[in-house]
Amino acid sequence: MLQRTDAEDTAQQQPPLANVCQQNYGAPQDPVEPAGLRSASHVTGSSLGKAEVSCGSRRRWAELVPESSWSPAVGASKMKVKMLSRNPDNYVRETKLDLQRVPRNYDPTLHPFEVPREYVRALNATKLERVFAKPFLASLDGHRDGVNCLAKHPKNLATVLSGACDGEVRIWNLTQRNCIRTVQAHEGFVRGICTRFCGTSFFTVGDDKTVKQWKMDGPGYGEEEEPLHTILGKTVYTGIDHHWKEAVFATCGQQVDIWDEQRTNPICSMTWGFDSISSVKFNPVETFLLGSCASDRNIVLYDMRQATPLKKVILDMRTNTICWNPMEAFIFTAANEDYNLYTFDMRALDTPVMVHMDHVSAVLDVDYSPTGKEFVSASFDKSIRIFPVDKSRSREVYHTKRMQHVICVKWTSDSKYIMCGSDEMNIRLWKANASEKLGVLTSREKAAKDYNQKLKEKFQHYPHIKRIARHRHLPKSIYSQIQEQRIMKEARRRKEVNRIKHSKPGSVPIVSEKKKHIVAVVK
Amino acid sequence: MTANRLAESLLALSQQEELVDLPKDYLLSGSEDEGDNDGEREHQKLLEAISSLDGKNRRKLAERSEASLKVSEFNVSSEGSGEKLVLADLLEPVKTSSSLATVKKQLNRVKSKKTVELPLNKEEIERIHREVAFNKTTQVLSKWDPVVLKNRQAEQLVFPLEKEEPAIAPIEHVLSGWKYHKVVKKGKAKKALKEFEQLRKVNPAAALEELEKIEKARMMERMSLKHQNSGKWAKSKAIMAKYDLEARQAMQEQLAKNKELTQKLQVASESEEEEGGTEEVEELLVPDVVNEVQMNADGPNPWMLRSCTSDTKEAATQEDPEQLPEPEAHEVSESEGEERPVAEEEILLREFEERRSLRKRSELSQDAEPAGSQETKDSSSQEVLSELRVLAQKLKENDQSRKQKASSEGTIPQVQREEPAPEEEEPLLLQRPERVQTLEELEELGKEECFQNKELPRPVLEGQQSERTPNNRPDAPKEKKKKEQMIDLQNLLTTQSPSVKSLAVPTIEELEDEEERNQRQMIKEAFAGDDVIRDFLKEKREAVEASKPKDVDLTLPGWGEWGGVGLKPSAKKRRRFLIKAPEGPPRKDKNLPNVIINEKRNIHTAAHQVRVLPYPFTHHWQFERTIQTPIGSTWNTQRAFQKLTTPKVVTKPGHIINPIKAEDVGYRSSSRSDLSVIQRNPKRITTRHKKQLKKSSVD
Repeated sequence: MLQRTDAEDTAQQQPPLANVCQQNYGAPQDPVEPAGLRSASHVTGSSLGKAEVSCGSRRRWAELVPESSWSPAVGASKMKVKMLSRNPDNYVRETKLDLQRVPRNYDPTLHPFEVPREYVRALNATKLERVFAKPFLASLDGHRDGVNCLAKHPKNLATVLSGACDGEVRIWNLTQRNCIRTVQAHEGFVRGICTRFCGTSFFTVGDDKTVKQWKMDGPGYGEEEEPLHTILGKTVYTGIDHHWKEAVFATCGQQVDIWDEQRTNPICSMTWGFDSISSVKFNPVETFLLGSCASDRNIVLYDMRQATPLKKVILDMRTNTICWNPMEAFIFTAANEDYNLYTFDMRALDTPVMVHMDHVSAVLDVDYSPTGKEFVSASFDKSIRIFPVDKSRSREVYHTKRMQHVICVKWTSDSKYIMCGSDEMNIRLWKANASEKLGVLTSREKAAKDYNQKLKEKFQHYPHIKRIARHRHLPKSIYSQIQEQRIMKEARRRKEVNRIKHSKPGSVPIVSEKKKHIVAVVK
Repeated sequence: MTANRLAESLLALSQQEELVDLPKDYLLSGSEDEGDNDGEREHQKLLEAISSLDGKNRRKLAERSEASLKVSEFNVSSEGSGEKLVLADLLEPVKTSSSLATVKKQLNRVKSKKTVELPLNKEEIERIHREVAFNKTTQVLSKWDPVVLKNRQAEQLVFPLEKEEPAIAPIEHVLSGWKYHKVVKKGKAKKALKEFEQLRKVNPAAALEELEKIEKARMMERMSLKHQNSGKWAKSKAIMAKYDLEARQAMQEQLAKNKELTQKLQVASESEEEEGGTEEVEELLVPDVVNEVQMNADGPNPWMLRSCTSDTKEAATQEDPEQLPEPEAHEVSESEGEERPVAEEEILLREFEERRSLRKRSELSQDAEPAGSQETKDSSSQEVLSELRVLAQKLKENDQSRKQKASSEGTIPQVQREEPAPEEEEPLLLQRPERVQTLEELEELGKEECFQNKELPRPVLEGQQSERTPNNRPDAPKEKKKKEQMIDLQNLLTTQSPSVKSLAVPTIEELEDEEERNQRQMIKEAFAGDDVIRDFLKEKREAVEASKPKDVDLTLPGWGEWGGVGLKPSAKKRRRFLIKAPEGPPRKDKNLPNVIINEKRNIHTAAHQVRVLPYPFTHHWQFERTIQTPIGSTWNTQRAFQKLTTPKVVTKPGHIINPIKAEDVGYRSSSRSDLSVIQRNPKRITTRHKKQLKKSSVD
């Protein structure tokens, strides 16, 4: 700094260099430089040597040739001028809101504690994540009976439809968190509800053996609440799903019926065996494929175009519902009565891709995140869990004191929220990522969030971090049941191991957990 | 017999026409053997005879039975015995009377007709339909595999997945006209070369013709003055070359091409051919050494040579274990060579050619004796081959051809072309002593087995020229092929060192149980370095050294004395600031020679350490490496930081994420008409039909 002031002094004494030195902030023009300042350049970090002349944002080295017109003393001879200069781009902020630039030396030898420091940061990030984990957003109350089914609006994120056990359908606005329309749709349960792909109407099926189509918008003033179409069936329909692109929907009951919206008779009925089918779902990617699950413990796949079932897999216990992965055409997940969820590749039904365990009671519903990376499951054990598709254990469990058996669950189309409808007449809205900050994030917040996320991933295997990240408070009932089932499972495993140990090698087959629950695949 | 067959067919006919639900026994009996029937009949008779002996049974026989048992309403059966009526029985009277000729004719016609198979039952048909439909669907779904895989492995996925830009226009449109044609031409040339290689493998004579054709084409090209840089294009490029790098490159290519075309061809190979001719006579007279020397001069790079001949002579490759890593390296260089532009290869080629001619000269001066051991037995085929070789020289890229050459003669010149420049060969020479040393070590390990093998490299090392044993010579002509291998080896050891005159010691013994010995030696080599105890001791020594407390040197250069480059702090100062580490407590494993006890383990830190290697990692250092690299902005530049912390899944708030669409990833979305509904007509589906269906589903 000493040098700089010195240089400014000299600059004042002499006329400026017209062509080169205009932007040379405070750089000395005196060709003779005091030798004693040599070491100062090391301290300040500025460059010493040939003059560094900056022109706007560019930098270049230049040899200064003083013009003889103003300094005859120097003469016309060419000479090199050594001077200290700094580029203001390196330290001047454009606006005062900008951050101060901090020069850093990234030499790893200067940072011997990289790993411990990052470890501590990761630990803090994990702890903070748990501190901020407040997933519950809102409860939508208004139904007068248990919520039996939910449906998303395909074009509007804020609109949600729900059907209750008393035959009432309600349409909700999530931003205002209130009910915007109520329809008495059926006598008895509303068994299934689905929206048309365009979002202009929705379909309901109920215990009164009818399929009804409704307009999404409410009736005008003075008009009566009436369905657009009503189809009277011969048997009870237990589920409904709409095709993703065409004016076709499918119902299930005693058989799977494919309906044209314009007709009162199904265009195609598909059966395989005689049992009540509880749910039918269209594949969102390969839109002509369907999957259904029946109470005789099987999952049947259909192809609408070929008007035939494709294959059937029989599991240990009944599957309540299935859900297709919206990003992977051949993957679906089945929510089973035996507390597990099974992810299948539909081309190889004999072994599930993954068995997802964690629930302690029957799993009643499952829905994929629109990103296809995770899914949420609703269980009779009064909790909902979020599973990564490729993990067998859940990453998150949500419950509240008042939430009873969760019957239906949906993941919203922006993948940020989860809705669940339960026995005790409420629809609850949750964050999909418990500790996520809602609202618009500044870029620094975003960077910090990403960094923390990466840190957590990086150190996830460290015992302390793992313990904190996995820690969840559970209701006593669920907690004790988990303990109980762990003991039971361990006992079963021990028995199996003992049996293998004490019998002739090879006589007792070792069946993997994945294969254990598959009874048969029927072609 | 014919009558019987006729009867059978008649029976079948009657079944087809009338019986739909005939009992299975009847159906089967139609196809039963005649011999069986006879035996049964006799057996029945015997049974009857036996039963007639007993009074009770006789009565039983007299009992009346239900008519339906014996007499079927669908079938005629002969009385009593329960056996079936055969058509032959009925036809016997027909044979005699000519009036029934028409009936006979009809029966014959019936015989020629095939029976229609039974339709399958409904369940079976449905099952087949399901199977076929499933297979079709599976096929359709398999198109998603790459997409799914890509998305699963993606570093980052940004949702909603936008529709991708339409694919870039095909390459023809992008490239300008002449460029496109150039690419096409290059591709064609490559293809032609490949085909030629194939042809040469299969049919040398045809390949020769082909070669001549190529040669002619080259001549034409040369005459055409196309590459003289006098054309319009060339002139324009010459102007542009000053400013445009591409144009300059094009110019250079053109020049290189011109040089290549106008270059005078080597005719030296013909002399070789002559040598081959004369050799046949002198074969027995010429000592091996001479041959070898000649070979040395011919193929200077032994490494290359070895890999070339490896195809034909595996035995030779196993001779020297040190060579084993070499082929790979060679291949690498080869592949690199292929990638290099043509001009570069050209330069290399020329170098080799020059060197070759040089060597030829030196060879002539060295030994006046007519030399050459490279002839194969069949002189005519050899001629063809040599001619081929001459022509092949003119081709630029025939690196691969070396491998296919059957004889060493064919390969050597090509090898020359491939070999690196003399400077590059130097390292090989430098390596040699070390290699031999290791061989000697090996020799120490197992003298008796390796003796014969060691024989070869040793002469080179010691420069023993006088070891030429007379008893070897008579064997030499007998094992022609063997000798050639040996020559390769000799080349290996005498390259670029004409002063060291090596000699071959090819022996009979080598042939005898060579393979066995090779194997034994290989095993020896494999376990040669495995001195477990010594390794352990070394490891322990290192561990002890590492655990010893270190002295702390607090000397700061430049303090209290003159500073500057090259100045060292004085010994006095160093002594003053060196803090001697105190002698630590004795190691726990001090008196345990077979144990290393890690004393560094800290229980307090252990609580924070990962105990089990996490799943995707296969080795601890992999995991450690991921931990060691920091990701924070404290240790990384802003850009690196951003890159390191990119989240895997990004979603935009307030945007609806729709399911993936076929159009988004460039597929055609499946429509309703894609898989046609199968005609469902159960009556027409038979087992044959089923087979067809299955076949179609498999396809």
